[in-house]
Amino acid sequence: MNPQILGVVVMFVATLLLAVPLGKYIAKVYSGGRTWTDVIFNPIEKLFYKVSRIDPVREMNWKQSLVALLTLNLIWFLWAMFCLLNQSWLPMNPDHNPNMTPDLAFNTAVSFLVNCNLQDYSGETGLSYFSQVFGLMFLQFASAGTGMAAAAVVFNALKDRTTDKLGNFYDFFLKSCTRILLPICILIATIHLFEGTPMTFKGIDNVMSVQGDTMHVSRGPVAAFVAIKHLGTNGGGFFGANSAHPFENPNYLSNIVQMVAQILIPFAMVFAFGFYCNKRRLAWVFWGVMTVGFLILVIPAIQAEVHGNPYIAKMGISQPGGNMEGKEVRFGATASAFWSIATTVISTGSVNGMHDSFMPVSGMNMLLGMMINSFYGGVGVGFLNFFIYVILAVFIGGLMVGRTPEFLGKKIEAKEMKIAMIIALFHPFLILAFTAIASYFTAHDTNMGWWFADAAGKHNASGWLNNPSYDGFSEMLYQYTSCSANNGSGFEGLADNNPFWNITAGIVLLFSRFLPIIGPVAIAGLLASKKFIPAGSGTLKTDTGTFGLLVFAVKVIIAALAFFPALALGPIAEWMKMH
Amino acid sequence: MKKEIIPSLILTILCILFFSGVYPVVMWGIAQAAPNKGEGFTIKDSNGKYYYENIGQKFSDDKYFWSRPSAVNYNAAGSGGSNKGPDNPDYLAQVQATIDTFMKHNPDINKADIPSDMVTASGSGLDPHISVEGAEVQVARVAKARGLDKNKVEALVKAHIEGPVMGMGPDRINVLKLNIDLDNLK
Repeated sequence: MNPQILGVVVMFVATLLLAVPLGKYIAKVYSGGRTWTDVIFNPIEKLFYKVSRIDPVREMNWKQSLVALLTLNLIWFLWAMFCLLNQSWLPMNPDHNPNMTPDLAFNTAVSFLVNCNLQDYSGETGLSYFSQVFGLMFLQFASAGTGMAAAAVVFNALKDRTTDKLGNFYDFFLKSCTRILLPICILIATIHLFEGTPMTFKGIDNVMSVQGDTMHVSRGPVAAFVAIKHLGTNGGGFFGANSAHPFENPNYLSNIVQMVAQILIPFAMVFAFGFYCNKRRLAWVFWGVMTVGFLILVIPAIQAEVHGNPYIAKMGISQPGGNMEGKEVRFGATASAFWSIATTVISTGSVNGMHDSFMPVSGMNMLLGMMINSFYGGVGVGFLNFFIYVILAVFIGGLMVGRTPEFLGKKIEAKEMKIAMIIALFHPFLILAFTAIASYFTAHDTNMGWWFADAAGKHNASGWLNNPSYDGFSEMLYQYTSCSANNGSGFEGLADNNPFWNITAGIVLLFSRFLPIIGPVAIAGLLASKKFIPAGSGTLKTDTGTFGLLVFAVKVIIAALAFFPALALGPIAEWMKMH
Repeated sequence: MKKEIIPSLILTILCILFFSGVYPVVMWGIAQAAPNKGEGFTIKDSNGKYYYENIGQKFSDDKYFWSRPSAVNYNAAGSGGSNKGPDNPDYLAQVQATIDTFMKHNPDINKADIPSDMVTASGSGLDPHISVEGAEVQVARVAKARGLDKNKVEALVKAHIEGPVMGMGPDRINVLKLNIDLDNLK
């Protein structure tokens, strides 16, 4: 087999083989069963609960869980703002990087809080090591733990029983961080240390190049950061170039480890649901739907990148490596194309190549991955997004067979449907409304005043695009899609470090994180308190291929109706121009 | 919400100490056992000068194998790509100009032998590698500039090909390592 194709097949299969046992382990952690990690973490967690006066066995209902979630998040946001606005005098700043501007700090704090990790700065020059480690890396753990804990609440609500007691949110959160994220992070970071990723608190090193030029080489505590960055589907890079940077991702092996790390928990959460609720067949149906969607997006992208850029072919040179603009030789076009789709269907948003320079087909598929946002999806929240589509599919399926829609023995009624519809439609609404506003300013070349100035000090709105016409439109569409999907990758040609983009993106981020958590948790909480009806002969079976197809169709129809016009103006138009 | 604030606040402080304090220190401890104590892999030339083996360098002299074009000019205090779209006319003109420069410095080659990685910028701007084709197309120029036998340079290139890792990934050549060994070639 072609060694590059073999590479991506190995990444996928290895992830699956690891995800099933990990899912079993996660289910055990959430149900309070005994695990091998008890020895280390029982005393630590006990201490944490004692000092913070939390009773980990106090059961909460869905509203109390959400209150705890939002309180924690508010405190974390304030902490991150404090770090970013004061980093110049705080310790661990060997390169003397300045404080962030308030709009950039707002964008960065929100973006790491919501697991998006959009980065309008470059790590080398924009952050101190204190901000990286104590501000952002902490949020990478905490936001991932939040998503997983919310999913755990939903799992708990979907068991075959009637209750309003859905476990203790703090306990779900802390255990997600200590028993699931931390041990795997230590493993991943250790592998990286021996592959060439730095883990030092020393600043820039000045060395002479072979030719005699002076070079400044940025370093930092990268290995610890890069592990949670991927495992928690955060995606925010230590360096500006993210996982394309040769320190952050030194070779093909580290690339495989990072790829597996980022899809691992999104896979495992689906299986964890199966083990936790004893619905293993249904979990495989869910995973199957997600995988079909992923493959439909990833195969054309690999093809397009390996084939290369037709305009460059016309110049008479060869493209043995495919479209190499914005890509690294050590990964090659195949692994970079695979990464670009994997990172967008789950909500990581880390990159090992620059998405703006990918071919239009790949760009469109990245956008679709984020628009649908639940072909696997981010840690915890991917499952929650998928759950919304399941509710919609159950409702439509129920109408088709002419029975009251039921899911796992609970009736789906008007209230649940309303919430599901609002969540499903809010995502396209945020993306399209904000893209429309930005496009309006661009098309009219509006003078943006305080809100925007380009490098030359001009305030014209068109100055924020690095590429003209369709690709320029795609840059704006991509930015808001990435925000609304809490993804964090970008068509980085967009000049996004200015009040207009920092603030509008920050607003989209906040809405698109918390509503899609509140909605599914509320639905699950409402369902949990309903009477449990055992499955009868007329019940719509959900653990079948037919139901999988129905879920898939619902996703495709919603995405196609909502997003096709926007895609037609961006990547589709660009593709037509090139062929 | 009120009664959740104090427990949440204390839990947050403990978590910050644990995940941002203990975890990085543990990793830093493990790093002391890693090559170069986790400060980035280095490599020395025959004069004892050290370089970062994973950070690409700018080579523009005819007697060295060139690296790929870089959007940050190989200044490793930052990193990044060109972010140019594949059909951007400015970008395509820039690629054409890079091809023309390349042809001027390598007059003996066929244009069709230039691989695209030699005329396109990498994602990090610090790519330490070029493709095997990218090295081979420069052999004639380097040999001529140094007055070396072409076969000898060719053999050096062959010796520097790094193949797939456990059967996976592309062939590539680390330009820095190649050029250091080139300087040692008599």
